[in-house]
Amino acid sequence: MKNNRREFIKNLGLTGIGLSIGIDGFSKNVALKKLTPATLALEINPFIIIENTGKITLVNSRPDMGQGSTQAVPSLLAEELEVSLDQVSIIQSDGRSKYGSQQSGGSSSVRGLWMPLRQAGAAAKEMLIKAAAEKWGVNAADCYAEAGKIFLKGSQKSVTYGEVADLASTYQVPKNPKLKDPKDFKIIGKYNKRLDVPDRVSGKAIYGIDAEIPGMVFAKVVHSPRIHDTIASIDDAAARKVVGVLDVIKIERAMPHTKVDAVAVIAQNQWAALKGAKALNVNWKSENGKYLNQNTSEYFEAAYAAAKKPGIRAEEKGDFDAHFESASTKLEAVYETPFLAHAAIESENATVHVKDDGTVEVWAPIQGPDGALSQVAQYLGVPEEKVKINVTLLGGSFGRKAYMDFLNEACDISRKIKKPVKVLWTKEDDISQGPYRPAMLSRMQGVLENGQAKAFHHQAIGESIAGQVFNGLRPNTADDWLSGELSQENHQYNFEVNKVSYSRVKTSIPVVWWRSVYASNFGWGQECFIDEMAHEAKKDPLEFRLELLKNASRFTKVLNLLAEKSDYKTPLPAGKAKGIAVFRSFDSISAACVFVSKTDSGIKIDKVVSVIDCGMFVNPDNVKAQTEGNIIMGIQAATKGGITFENNQCVQSNYHDYQVLRNSETPKMEIHIVENYERPGGVGEPGLPPIAPALGNAIFNLTGKRERKLPLGV
Amino acid sequence: MPVFNLNINNKVYKITAEADMPLVWAIRDLANLKGTKFGCGMAQCGACTVHLDGQPIRSCQMPLSAISKKAKITTIEGIAEPTLHAVQKAWIEEQVPQCGYCQSGQIMSAVALLKTNKNPNDEEILAAMEGNLCRCGTYQRINQAIKNASKML
Repeated sequence: MKNNRREFIKNLGLTGIGLSIGIDGFSKNVALKKLTPATLALEINPFIIIENTGKITLVNSRPDMGQGSTQAVPSLLAEELEVSLDQVSIIQSDGRSKYGSQQSGGSSSVRGLWMPLRQAGAAAKEMLIKAAAEKWGVNAADCYAEAGKIFLKGSQKSVTYGEVADLASTYQVPKNPKLKDPKDFKIIGKYNKRLDVPDRVSGKAIYGIDAEIPGMVFAKVVHSPRIHDTIASIDDAAARKVVGVLDVIKIERAMPHTKVDAVAVIAQNQWAALKGAKALNVNWKSENGKYLNQNTSEYFEAAYAAAKKPGIRAEEKGDFDAHFESASTKLEAVYETPFLAHAAIESENATVHVKDDGTVEVWAPIQGPDGALSQVAQYLGVPEEKVKINVTLLGGSFGRKAYMDFLNEACDISRKIKKPVKVLWTKEDDISQGPYRPAMLSRMQGVLENGQAKAFHHQAIGESIAGQVFNGLRPNTADDWLSGELSQENHQYNFEVNKVSYSRVKTSIPVVWWRSVYASNFGWGQECFIDEMAHEAKKDPLEFRLELLKNASRFTKVLNLLAEKSDYKTPLPAGKAKGIAVFRSFDSISAACVFVSKTDSGIKIDKVVSVIDCGMFVNPDNVKAQTEGNIIMGIQAATKGGITFENNQCVQSNYHDYQVLRNSETPKMEIHIVENYERPGGVGEPGLPPIAPALGNAIFNLTGKRERKLPLGV
Repeated sequence: MPVFNLNINNKVYKITAEADMPLVWAIRDLANLKGTKFGCGMAQCGACTVHLDGQPIRSCQMPLSAISKKAKITTIEGIAEPTLHAVQKAWIEEQVPQCGYCQSGQIMSAVALLKTNKNPNDEEILAAMEGNLCRCGTYQRINQAIKNASKML
């Protein structure tokens, strides 16, 4: 999910520059407080709990959907606190405001928490050192912290953090604790095995689907095939005869922007609920007035019509249209990307207990416990203090589980049946109900003058996520989520004339963020068109880019490293080709070189070399793992069929007709990380956007045919 | 309702369920072994892979009525020897999982492969693992981990 930087900082309360911790509780005079008398646990700040027994607990505030936040977030605390992760327990935050923004999304965890959590760790360490010094009657400057203990320099003396936590709790929290020089990092930037992996290979890790609450019943929700229909009648006679079915009730699916009818089959076990749902006969009443471009053919027709008209200007340097009209060498092309489902293997699910005493408890695989807390409180009309959110691990998400319609369904059912209930969507619900990555067009225009790149225009065309999900886009306004990604400041190509515009095409097909959000759509148009311009200018696509990026040193470093590692300058034999692309998203720059070859059965992807500059990072192996994942998902997005709607309903229903990449389709992958001391950028998403265009450019180099519409026939 | 005595991981579970209940739900909800995951419900993803007498099967497609009385079922909880199977150790060493949701199924397919083929080549690995989807895209590490595990066995 896109996370606006200013909004993020506001949520964290980081508006005061000097008070850079800013997380509730940390700025209080005495921040340490007893958690429970039984354990004598002391909370140094909301993220660090040191018990007198010596037990140290760190809080991970960003749910883990596979991106590695269970390791990455506590590492920021541990580095400055001087503990190793195998010395501490890690717990997941519960959505309370004292933890600040807790949304995993927008590749924001490390880049957003980089300073606040390091400062939290450093402040706690200073207080513990001061307490040890006081205990020993020495200067704090003569003491140092290491591996959960304070040592007195030049002596054998040491105390554990637990032993001095009580005394430390009487001090004010330092507002400007000294941070370590990144060159002295022991954890950050180093290879460390993820300590959550053993549970993930032994069946012990707990995902949402594994929640088990005493007295819990199971629900299968039957959704409207055309999303927005109302219920004319329900014939539940056969469903109620299924052994184990307890009840059939009408409920609602509350999406962020609309509420639609649904039916819940409640049963003693999941199988009975599924079987009951199959036996259920719901008579759905068409709601023709609610379908808007709800067939993909209508949507694309409207989008291609919009591509013939000017959009709303988002930014413009120089007068693009004047240059384009008078130019002797100009290019124009429209690129297309389809709707896509997230299709995590763990489908949407939530377990909710709306209790008799007015409290509510939630167990769910969701990307943001803070968002879940406020959503559940608002939806059920209860105060937030009465809601408890337990975040489980997420069995994949890619943006989907930050859209919590499934959680509202569980709330609605539990309040109606007055029991704890687990709602589990099937893969068919997941694929055919949305929300999806919106399909988009890129209308590209370019001007060359004397063989030099001169002017560039990217017109983005399609549904606005913010516009649909949050009703947050005023008419005749460019969606700044996408115009930011397309801006010249972001792509850094030094065109003398540069323009970004946007044409909104509305649809009632539900849309939402999908891994790398709009970058996954627009990298395709931007980077293929740059290649088109390079070929028109009779220049090598790498050289063409390097010329345009000569003032953007981080971009050129990424591209030069890519050229080196992919042996770019060495020609390939006949029947083989390569293509490149580069895209910046979420404060990181990623470039890819895709190698393809002609085979008897078509085009084969042989190898992908990817380079990422994400600034400073926590674990190089996790950066590589995320980039591998981005390559695999990027190839799927480029080569497999997207989501289509006919007769106002989704055509695809499961992995047989909405295909994701399989093991045998995995190319050889090489990942290279640019090492520097730049501010951290995102890791979970930036590797994806260059994949499709690098592949498209490779195919052009192989076949001479320019593909502009995804999916590609590979 | 019928009663089934299921031998799961060498322990007999008395399961009272409808005969058409797929094994995955008996394992997860009635035997309360949550390591086996439900994915697609149509044998497309392999998340529910368990062993039936040593053979990898998709437990979402196997009704209880089709399981013979003598059958031995093995789930991810039952492969440890004694703490971790070589395949699990290799998975940790290669840092295979991202979200990890599919990995019980991946590991069960890999363990079954290495039981019958101690030293599989690339094609044999792909053939054995083709039915297990990983949306996080950990395939390259999975294949490397299988090769590493084959050397440990």
